[in-house]
Amino acid sequence: MTDHTTKAFDADLQEISRLVAEMGGMAEKQVAESVDALAKRDVTLAQDVSAGDKSIDNLQREIEEKGILTIARRQPMAVDLREVVGALRIANDLERVGDLAKNIAKRVIALNGEFPPPKLIRGVEHMADMVLGQLKQVLDAYARRDIGKAITVWRDDEQIDAVCTSIFRELLTYMMEDPRNITFCIHLMFCAKNIERMGDHATNIAETVHYIIEGRTITEQRPKGDTTAIGLRSAL
Amino acid sequence: MRLATLTSSAPAAREENLTEKISIVHLDFFYGDTRALKAITVPLYSGKVTAFIGPSGCGKSTLLRVLNRMYDLYPNQRAVGEVRLDGEDVLSPAQDLNLLRARVGMVFQRPTPFPMSIYENIAFGIRLYKQLSKSELDDRVKDSLERAALWEEVKNKLDASGLSLSGGQQQRLCIARTVAVQPEVILFDEPCSALDPISTAKIEELIDDLKSEYTIAIVTHNMQQAARVSDFTAFMYLGELVEFGDTTRLFTNPSNRQTQDYITGRFG
Repeated sequence: MTDHTTKAFDADLQEISRLVAEMGGMAEKQVAESVDALAKRDVTLAQDVSAGDKSIDNLQREIEEKGILTIARRQPMAVDLREVVGALRIANDLERVGDLAKNIAKRVIALNGEFPPPKLIRGVEHMADMVLGQLKQVLDAYARRDIGKAITVWRDDEQIDAVCTSIFRELLTYMMEDPRNITFCIHLMFCAKNIERMGDHATNIAETVHYIIEGRTITEQRPKGDTTAIGLRSAL
Repeated sequence: MRLATLTSSAPAAREENLTEKISIVHLDFFYGDTRALKAITVPLYSGKVTAFIGPSGCGKSTLLRVLNRMYDLYPNQRAVGEVRLDGEDVLSPAQDLNLLRARVGMVFQRPTPFPMSIYENIAFGIRLYKQLSKSELDDRVKDSLERAALWEEVKNKLDASGLSLSGGQQQRLCIARTVAVQPEVILFDEPCSALDPISTAKIEELIDDLKSEYTIAIVTHNMQQAARVSDFTAFMYLGELVEFGDTTRLFTNPSNRQTQDYITGRFG
């Protein structure tokens, strides 16, 4: 695309993009470390993750301020307006991802020496890997304004939802076997749910990237694989 | 040779009942040998505001001046093609120009009140077409000033000179003068360029009120104004119509790359 006649306008938009990319990198790191802390039972790491969420919140505020200033100053139109609005929305989603990672870290601290079986943790780790893959792909799609990649991320969320449903069933059997398992199973359930929500935020970002590029929302119905809300009776 | 492909998202009379008040079809315009408008085809829908935007020299004002045959006042200027007002050919030599200019009013960039009283500014035009009693004329003058949102400000000084008003008031006086002869179409050629932000806002508010009764075309350099006041927007460049469509869509997601470059400030 050609540059704006006013160079400062280009600089403003590039800065907003850069901040979103930076925020994305931070969110990815927080997610990876929170799951790492869970797998390694590392309370110190969990505390670092919890404290680190503040930086993500600060970045979101900065992106919002810059976005609003750009709208006031430049009165952006068409693709420029979609860029600014898109960046504000993505920053929102990334901030939530950060919060969900912090929530996982807090549960590691709350588990306080209770150790879930490695098998269960591996299920959660596997799901986290998938979500990290989604986040990386979608942030890449944003950086390169790649609509194909965005649509792929949007569709692939179904697989994550399916893994979440199967983890839930497994945790249920554990809880039914022995009531002493209930505490850590509940924590793990929440962790799994948090990770599944992170996947949803990745698809939100994918939808926003599509909107920035195409100027319209994705009209298909997103394929959903998460049946946990519908009822767990079928698991019994 | 066409420099740009016309991209049109011209709505068929779908969601609302859109009727064409003015139909412009394959209009060419020449200043001497120079072709200033190239095969322009664009509708002006009844009861809607159509904005014309584009860089300087693209032909927007030229186009406006064809609609009420203003160019006839000057030698070496001619229009070729079809311009129909309610189906009647405006370019036909048989067209009554005075009647045309009463049906299609125009408001210019610089306010142009007559050097007369406020009352006379309005009454003058009416008297050319109608024999009205004093009280009927008074009513028409009041009505016009009310429609132009000027009545409250001038009702106690109708004998004062039109030139004694502020810039924004003078422009509203010109609008009152235009509506006094009960036109069907009003053409605005950059009506707010010479005005301060408050007067501009008042005129924009006025255009919003007027559009229910008139068909309006507005040429403007102010993109945000076009986005605010119009229902349809036409983007022109070098005498050609590049894109025409629904204003909301054109300013959020234009079909044509040139349109996007212009409205986002990437032109030139």
